[in-house]
Amino acid sequence: MHVVIVGNGVAGFTAALRLRELDPACRITMISGESTYPYSRPALMYVFMGHMRYQETKPFEDRVWAEQRIELVRAWVTRIDTEGKRLELHEGQPLSYDKLLLATGSQPSLYGWPGQDLPGVQGLYSLMDLHALYQNVQGAKHAVIVGGGLIGIELAEMLHSQGVHVTFLVREDAYWSNVLPAEESAMVTRLIREAGIDLRLSSELAEIHAGPDGRAAAVTTKAGERIECQLVGLTAGVSPNTQLCQGTPIEAGRGILVDAHLQTKVPDVYAAGDCAEIVTEGEGKNLLQQVWYTGKLQGECVAKTLAGQATRYDAGLWYNSAKFLDLEYQTYGLVHAQPQAVETHGWWEHASGRLGLRVVAMDGAVTGFNAMGLRLRHRTCERWILERRSPGYVLEHLAEAGFDPEFTRRYEPEVVATLAAQLGVEATV
Amino acid sequence: MSRPLPIAYAFDEEAAGFGAPQGTPGAPSAGAPLAWVALVAVALGVLSFAAQLAGAPHAGTWLGLLSGLPLAFAASAVYFWLGLQGTTPGIKHDGIFFGSMTARGTLAWFAGLGLTAFYVVLYWLPGAGAIANMQAGEGAPAQAKLWLLRWTSALFERAIGSLDPLALALSGKDADRWFLYGTLYTLAVLAFGVRMLMKYRHVRYQIVRTLSVMFFQLGFGFLIPQVLKAFRYPEYYFTYFWPLKYDYLFPSSVTGLWNTPGGVGVFMVVWGLVATFVATPVLTYFFGKRWYCSWVCGCGGLAETLGDPYRQLSSKSTRAWKVERWLIHSVLVFIVVTTAAVWLTRGTHSPLAAGLQKWYGFLIGAAFSGVIGVGFYPLMGSRVWCRFGCPMAAVLGVFQRCFSRFRITTNGGQCMSCGNCSTYCEMGIDVRAYAEKGENVVRASCVGCGVCAAVCPRGVLKLENGPTHADRFAGAENPVQTFLASLTQGPKVP
Repeated sequence: MHVVIVGNGVAGFTAALRLRELDPACRITMISGESTYPYSRPALMYVFMGHMRYQETKPFEDRVWAEQRIELVRAWVTRIDTEGKRLELHEGQPLSYDKLLLATGSQPSLYGWPGQDLPGVQGLYSLMDLHALYQNVQGAKHAVIVGGGLIGIELAEMLHSQGVHVTFLVREDAYWSNVLPAEESAMVTRLIREAGIDLRLSSELAEIHAGPDGRAAAVTTKAGERIECQLVGLTAGVSPNTQLCQGTPIEAGRGILVDAHLQTKVPDVYAAGDCAEIVTEGEGKNLLQQVWYTGKLQGECVAKTLAGQATRYDAGLWYNSAKFLDLEYQTYGLVHAQPQAVETHGWWEHASGRLGLRVVAMDGAVTGFNAMGLRLRHRTCERWILERRSPGYVLEHLAEAGFDPEFTRRYEPEVVATLAAQLGVEATV
Repeated sequence: MSRPLPIAYAFDEEAAGFGAPQGTPGAPSAGAPLAWVALVAVALGVLSFAAQLAGAPHAGTWLGLLSGLPLAFAASAVYFWLGLQGTTPGIKHDGIFFGSMTARGTLAWFAGLGLTAFYVVLYWLPGAGAIANMQAGEGAPAQAKLWLLRWTSALFERAIGSLDPLALALSGKDADRWFLYGTLYTLAVLAFGVRMLMKYRHVRYQIVRTLSVMFFQLGFGFLIPQVLKAFRYPEYYFTYFWPLKYDYLFPSSVTGLWNTPGGVGVFMVVWGLVATFVATPVLTYFFGKRWYCSWVCGCGGLAETLGDPYRQLSSKSTRAWKVERWLIHSVLVFIVVTTAAVWLTRGTHSPLAAGLQKWYGFLIGAAFSGVIGVGFYPLMGSRVWCRFGCPMAAVLGVFQRCFSRFRITTNGGQCMSCGNCSTYCEMGIDVRAYAEKGENVVRASCVGCGVCAAVCPRGVLKLENGPTHADRFAGAENPVQTFLASLTQGPKVP
């Protein structure tokens, strides 16, 4: 059996390694036009800032791929022939497959802004984007970043570290307000501004203007303000790469449509990671998960199916983490940005404005945590939520979930008292 | 619908790499105006010291002493403090891999050569008297060599002499080359310790640990041995034990100390034995080898302070790991054999024991721990000696790997494989390989510096002393069982 994986991101390489573990005999080929070896996408920013070299971002030594008999092909796939089970490459001979895994990832979303295709305008997702950033930053003094999510703040931090002044346009009236509750959002907003980044809320991009050299030279906002700049970062989310499905029977919606086994409707064609849109029967919205760990989980899951052990994808309890400049953020379970009527929220914030903890409860059970500047133990939070522990229990045992380094100042008594009052429970530590 | 994939992209990231972004206005300078004053003071200290080397009259006075090296180092500490004060508390690694000094550039080579040259002079330059009696042989090369020796010796003796007032005040004796070394070493630990305190001021583990290495170097690594000399006691270092300080358990040292009047020597012998054979296993069981390597030890102290700018240079390859295991355990065997030979042949003038002792001292004691260990900081990272050579680290490592409560816990599924932890591991451990699998890190070489946990952007790593030693291997390989299995089933295929 020859399994071909298109894309060497986390979903692709996880699937390849796990498949090799499960099936020592099959032939595995992994194709990427982006990089010769897999690297860690979230580390792109550290290469630009000089924290690491490119080679340090590779999660595995180069020799691993040969040892695991995973053939790496550096090429772009230009067409999938699902009838003949063949891939056409932009260079080199076509490649036949028995089973095909599409792990093509995504790309920065564009919303038809005038000027979005000008030189000097870019997103930040791939090595191609990083490469473009090295070109675009040359001589840049002022950059405008559009879109207030996680990539936006990363790009802002990268440019800021190089002394480029950054104006950060966020459409909503609070930073990342579709995910962060108001208090967390306000904390991040404050720290971004303290760092000297010009964060503008309720500001929407209207148009990007070209200068005499044809490169982006200014933007105007919907409020009519013109901002001169030499670089425009478009970071309003990412969209799945579904291009390869065009002209094939592989169906694509927002992403490549797959069932719970991550299988498309075309036999022997699968999709996993950022690019996959999982159709959930009778549960309303399809599942489009575009973070690192879901790519990893989907890669592991699809590897089992590819190896003949049909496995349904189980996303497990949601969690995530990020870092906004110097502020770490972790979330476990369900924390709605807008507290729901059936939920009770408890929020503690340290006087410094750099530490915060949110505990969400519903029907007498804790359902979510947000930690700002604090580290929580993933497995403990997860267990409490799955075991439907009461807010009182969780607060009394809160110290068990602490994951900060030894000697870190602890605030449990204050945190517990504050949260217990807001959650309306008795708890003493 | 998404844009077409960029099939025109043909950049070779492996060959070309990325490097420093070019043409930007440069990072904003964080230095306060006072930082410039501090830099000028550093320059004055260096000038004053250089003038003393050239024979200026203030050499050998308190004015000369204080205006020289101590001023330069104190002003460096102030400079670090002020320079970092303007930054927000957090990770400060911008540009590490772009800097000539921190990324094996020209400056690093100069620094490495300079440090190496200093160690060569320190260990092997003959004494001033011996050089004065040397006769130049025939020919220009021999004469040039003698001239160079005399010139180096003159500078070296003046450098030593510039510290006489301090040596006299502490020990009642003139400074010697080891006093110069100890003074430089301590000043470096203190000044770069201040840098470390400021750089990691958002992580209290780093603050406490750095204060600890500064305290042990200043007190136990410098002041106490000198003051002991003043009271005519042996110059004893209470924080160095066999097998790192290998001669402390040689018969000559043991009998010498044992016969010191007043019971102090007996205490020192007992202290050394207890430290090696009781404290080492017990403390390592409870805290891991970090209790010594990154909290107490002077070598560790220098690596964690002066060496911090170079921690990212350690090799993370599996090959380096293999070399490490063979080399460090060979050194341990070497010193055990040497010590045994010296004891078994005592009183017999055995040429074998004398040879072992001499070659261990030359190869390991001087060349490896000093010249390579510190001289190569800017090229191979700050823990070359600790990782590849130190027999004490080898012993501590065996205990840590097999019988200790210490582990680095990884946080469930939060790792996103960015590699900051591995990059900044001075011991070359690929921490990420464990973190991305959610396995505990249980490695012989880990010195517990805690920097992996500090630099992790997602809160994935935590150094912990667990309730038992056995629960560390949940989901990971148990070294003892793996070893036993490998005896019967052959090595594991990856």
